[in-house]
Amino acid sequence: MMPSTKIQVQIQTANFDANQLQAELQMDAAVGAIASFIGYVRDHGDQSNVIGLVLEHYAGMTEKVLEQYCQQASQRWPLSAIMLIHRVGELRLNEPIVGVAVASAHRQAAFEAVQFLMDFLKHDAPFWKRELLADGASAWVEQKHSDQQQLVRWSQDNGQ
Amino acid sequence: MSDVNPDVKILFFARHREQMGIANCLLPISHHCTLAELKQKITQRYPQFANLRSPIMAAVNQDFADDDQVIQQGDEVAFFPPVTGG
Repeated sequence: MMPSTKIQVQIQTANFDANQLQAELQMDAAVGAIASFIGYVRDHGDQSNVIGLVLEHYAGMTEKVLEQYCQQASQRWPLSAIMLIHRVGELRLNEPIVGVAVASAHRQAAFEAVQFLMDFLKHDAPFWKRELLADGASAWVEQKHSDQQQLVRWSQDNGQ
Repeated sequence: MSDVNPDVKILFFARHREQMGIANCLLPISHHCTLAELKQKITQRYPQFANLRSPIMAAVNQDFADDDQVIQQGDEVAFFPPVTGG
């Protein structure tokens, strides 16, 4: 039987420290590998001259969807812990938007689980971004076709 | 008579919230209906619903849902554009 995975999902307006994300997972002596991904606000997206983002979410469903995908990842790979933080509200340039860290005994499971979680988060987690522009205007971000195509790999092979 | 709340709680998010001009509303239904039928009822009350930009995603009680999903009194139904988090 696979040992249970410690799953932590947080939606918050406050900024977070990417180093702290990893440090929290390092506590367990069985952890041999931690892989993580941090997504940041950048100065160009659908628009240029982006100075910030406003992130809206569906409170309740967002947490539910993310926890479901964390559960799926824990069934697919032998993971000791998953930590996922996603911010909402107003974010400034270069601030982190999302952080995912996964701990496992071995690197491959950790790498793959992080990609799996980010691919499904991009496609299914109810968050919506609005880009704030230097001239005071703002615009909703469009979902990218490439984000949909990323999911195909997780249905073609069965992972572990 | 049952004391079940006959209303369905309807939520709109992001661009669709702006296009509707409201974030949420209550709409009574008799017994149950499909999501497709609920959409017709919403359009009768709020004609701007017919003009929401496609595609429109839907969730019933916080799970993704299709047009043939059955809606019960007291359910929470949400409509929103494709998601763009991460």
